[in-house]
Amino acid sequence: MRSTSDADSAQDVIIRVRDMTAEFDGIKILDSITFDVMRGEVFGILGGSGSGKSTLLKHMIGLYVPAEGSVVVDGDEVVRADLETRRRIIAKIGVMYQSGALFGSLTLLENVRLALEVYTDLPSDAMDWLARLKLKLVGLDAFLDHYPAEISGGMKKRAAIARAMALDPQILFLDEPSAGLDPITSADFDALVRSLAESLGITFVIVTHELASVFAIADRVIMLGKRAKGILAEGTPEELRDQTENDWVRRFFRREATQENEPDSTVATPRRTEKR
Amino acid sequence: MAAPRGDGEQVTWSERGGALVFALRGRLDATTMGGIWRVVRRELDRAGAERVAVEGADVEYCDGAGAALIARLERVYGDRFELRSFPDDLRPMLEIYSSEGIAEIPRRAPRPFFERLGRISVDVAQDLRTQVSFTGELLVGILGAIVHPRRIRWRTVLSTAERAGVDALPIVALVGFLLGLILAFQSAMPMRQFGAQIYVADLLGVSLIRELGPLMTAILVAGRTGSAFAAEIGTMRVNEEVDALETMGLDPVRFLAVPRVLAAITMTPLLSCFCILAGLVGGALVMLSLGFPLVMYVDRIFRFVGVVPFLAGMLKAAVFALIIAGVGCQRGLRTGHGAAAVGTSTTSAVVSGIVLVAVADAVFAVVLYALDI
Repeated sequence: MRSTSDADSAQDVIIRVRDMTAEFDGIKILDSITFDVMRGEVFGILGGSGSGKSTLLKHMIGLYVPAEGSVVVDGDEVVRADLETRRRIIAKIGVMYQSGALFGSLTLLENVRLALEVYTDLPSDAMDWLARLKLKLVGLDAFLDHYPAEISGGMKKRAAIARAMALDPQILFLDEPSAGLDPITSADFDALVRSLAESLGITFVIVTHELASVFAIADRVIMLGKRAKGILAEGTPEELRDQTENDWVRRFFRREATQENEPDSTVATPRRTEKR
Repeated sequence: MAAPRGDGEQVTWSERGGALVFALRGRLDATTMGGIWRVVRRELDRAGAERVAVEGADVEYCDGAGAALIARLERVYGDRFELRSFPDDLRPMLEIYSSEGIAEIPRRAPRPFFERLGRISVDVAQDLRTQVSFTGELLVGILGAIVHPRRIRWRTVLSTAERAGVDALPIVALVGFLLGLILAFQSAMPMRQFGAQIYVADLLGVSLIRELGPLMTAILVAGRTGSAFAAEIGTMRVNEEVDALETMGLDPVRFLAVPRVLAAITMTPLLSCFCILAGLVGGALVMLSLGFPLVMYVDRIFRFVGVVPFLAGMLKAAVFALIIAGVGCQRGLRTGHGAAAVGTSTTSAVVSGIVLVAVADAVFAVVLYALDI
């Protein structure tokens, strides 16, 4: 896995999702969806609020078990994987959660170091150094002794990316990475994603609805629909913008407001007068 | 020029022209770098070389862990380090992980003793102040609830009462039952020597109703409900829900604390009743097994325990509930940042709750004695 330059590896499927159905309490969120993520590509999962983007991501990394179907990551079945397979998968993936999910009782350096301590036999000072370099990558090397509570939301997100990259995973899952970042940091981050994808062939699976970011980094995207409970469109961002037949996908890319049919943007919230 | 030496696998080294040259090969990733890193450091320490070089022509793969070693050497040796060859397609990795311009490790100087002492004093004083103001706000809120009952969120009160009261009934009854059983049995044994077993009924009635029923219930409520209040409100604080309330113009004390405290004040005396009842049933079991008829036991209890001590016990339970729920809510509202802070608040709520209940119990003992109740 050196680079994606040769034709062979470009065709290489790293994540294979087949007929996957996601349910919560008998309510279908995603209905029998199928797609592939190629090795080394930056793959975007798009969709409106409530369309199941984050749910799909959590099924792909094995946090949730699908009601039906299979998810294969680099040859290993994620669904009901045994302990050893699970460990093997974990070593290959890094995940950045929406809110960062940093450990509040550890400094940023210790947050990044944690995975190194568990999975490598590097000497202690080497771990510190490596963690410092990872933090520098996201521009937080000056804050390594800070606790998550002492830094801003955007910084937390960047620290979470550094932590997800601690073990140089082959696949990085990012849940809403640009939300909460200023445009400059967000663009820097996009450049970082591209350079990691190109220089190392890291595969990125990114859940987002940031259109600028999608056009800047994604090789291919799928668009999820809430009503369809599945994939509305699949292709490069440009294809989706210019060639789609689906009205809602077109409007999404043109940022048009909607009055009538799309349920994604008009989620009805039941009024609750009582707060438990 | 010495012949290269190495670990036979991924790193060999040799000295050429005053420079220590490490030749790296194979995969340089997090799983292999531990060994390589140790070899390199050991040889550097041993040779004390002026200059260091790395040859990486045979490197197949290099990720952040591999690049970190090169970045480290570059950092430590500066101009005296040289990267002689490295596969072109892996060079971007070295650039990504370059240590150029990395921030120095910040050092936080330890604070002088007097500064720390001062800070602690200020913290204690502020803590005291918030407690006093919280108590005031809470009492005003409760009085307001009595004057304007419509302002209170009765549904919250009811659902909290269910969780703090009804759901606690089994554990309170069990502990009360066992308490009565043990107390009766342990006191019956020595009293038997004097033929005074029948006084076990008096002892049980007086101690359970005046003292142990309210106290045991309070301790259980502190563990069950006080901690839950602190954790619930603490998590709301961490999730910025409390801030949201404040910016919506809703007073967190009135909105969160008052309904919970009201629920606890109404439920704890009831729970205390059930605790006493279960304790008396436990005692009755022991007395029956000792051969005393039930009617005699009941008669003695009713003869020696009046309504006033019972009401005093209920008042105690209500005051304990006020203390426990108030402390729980106050600790919750005072929660800092992060998951650990919620844990700290919860612990503090239970510990302070129980300590304050014990103090209040002592005050009650003196006051009730003075009032001859």
